[in-house]
Amino acid sequence: MKRLGLTSLVLLVGVGAALADGDAIVQRRALMKANGDATKIVVGMLKGAPFDLGAVQAALKTYGDAAAKAPALFPDDSKTGDTNALPDLWANKADVGARFAKLAQDVAAASTGIVDQASFQAQMPGLLKNCGGCHEKYRAKKS
Amino acid sequence: MKNWAFPLAGLAAIAALGAAAWFASAPRALDRATEEAVAAPGNADAGRVVFFAGGCDSCHMSPSQPDPLRLGGGLELKTPFGSFYPPNISPDAKDGIGAWSAGDFARALLTGVSPRGEHYYPAFPYTSYRRMTPVDVRDLFAFLRTLPAVAGRAPPHALAFPFTIRRGVGLWKRLFLGAAALPDAPGRDAAWKLGRYLVEGPGHCAECHSPRNIMGAIVAHRRLTGGPLPDGKGKAPDITAAGLKDWSKADIVEALSSGFTPTGDSLGGPMAATVRNTAELPASYRKGIADYLKSLAPESAASGG
Repeated sequence: MKRLGLTSLVLLVGVGAALADGDAIVQRRALMKANGDATKIVVGMLKGAPFDLGAVQAALKTYGDAAAKAPALFPDDSKTGDTNALPDLWANKADVGARFAKLAQDVAAASTGIVDQASFQAQMPGLLKNCGGCHEKYRAKKS
Repeated sequence: MKNWAFPLAGLAAIAALGAAAWFASAPRALDRATEEAVAAPGNADAGRVVFFAGGCDSCHMSPSQPDPLRLGGGLELKTPFGSFYPPNISPDAKDGIGAWSAGDFARALLTGVSPRGEHYYPAFPYTSYRRMTPVDVRDLFAFLRTLPAVAGRAPPHALAFPFTIRRGVGLWKRLFLGAAALPDAPGRDAAWKLGRYLVEGPGHCAECHSPRNIMGAIVAHRRLTGGPLPDGKGKAPDITAAGLKDWSKADIVEALSSGFTPTGDSLGGPMAATVRNTAELPASYRKGIADYLKSLAPESAASGG
């Protein structure tokens, strides 16, 4: 009975870990999707859509949220599955962490720095370069 | 008599085949008009635009440093045939192309032949560059000469047999390199023609965005419909009108300027470096590329295959 209990416990822990891995991929994909949705609006404004400071601040909040949460969402056992992340990412975790930290820093600076259309046009393109930095090295689209 | 006539005939046949292969694989020269045109002085400022249209830096820039104009070579390009190490094309006289003539440079770009008369492997996309105009070639050469000389040579390529036999590339060229000239396109405007030239010539888009056959040649009727990246890390997408059906021309122009797609994603992998180059081009170039790509309806799309 005790043995059965232990086996169940091991099984439960195993299932829990498996669920958590799936969770990590699902969660980081959701963060990236939110980033994309926010960026769509931001890029539209950079191209000439009417400037909306509230929308810019909402986008910055989304980016900040991703920068804070994403580093923990690449556990070692989430390398495979429904993910476009490359194994290179896990081989360079320090660099990945540093890149998210820089994004967080840039978001913080932009949150106070962007107050009108002119400061938005001046500061946002540089902040957006953070996206491509990781996608260049650590992501490979499968389709 | 009779029993060794057959082996003898076989040997003769093999010798004849060998000789035929040797001649068929010989490097070919440029025509005289092109030789003369590329020898005229180039315009380095115009050549800067050709440099970014051609994306030379993507393969030739010294690895582990950020300056696209330091062209020391040596980046490892992993492919199914082995690893290629693009050479130093900085103006260094010993290790780069500082001692080359404009003719040497033109033969490399337009025929895939080195100053020593050897074939280059088609990992160097002369398969596309051969469509470049002599004016663009000489301007690019003039621009490259203004860049910093970088000492040091790239490691030799590390390929699997039989790809180690360079001469074999001559046969490959015979089999897979058709006419270089782009066909007449009556009814197309100047923007489209510029776009086609950029995509099919210096831009060499098809080199990644197309499937290849077992010999490493682009499958002609699936050109630009996407293909696996040579290093096995992901896929270059379909960039014909079918693949870009959710993209407007303005979306393509935006992606080639800022790297952002219509869904707010940022282009990654090797396209990130490509966008750094296309962002340097005049706006009319990106517009032309968009016009051309949106006009492409490959046979495979029409036939549903």
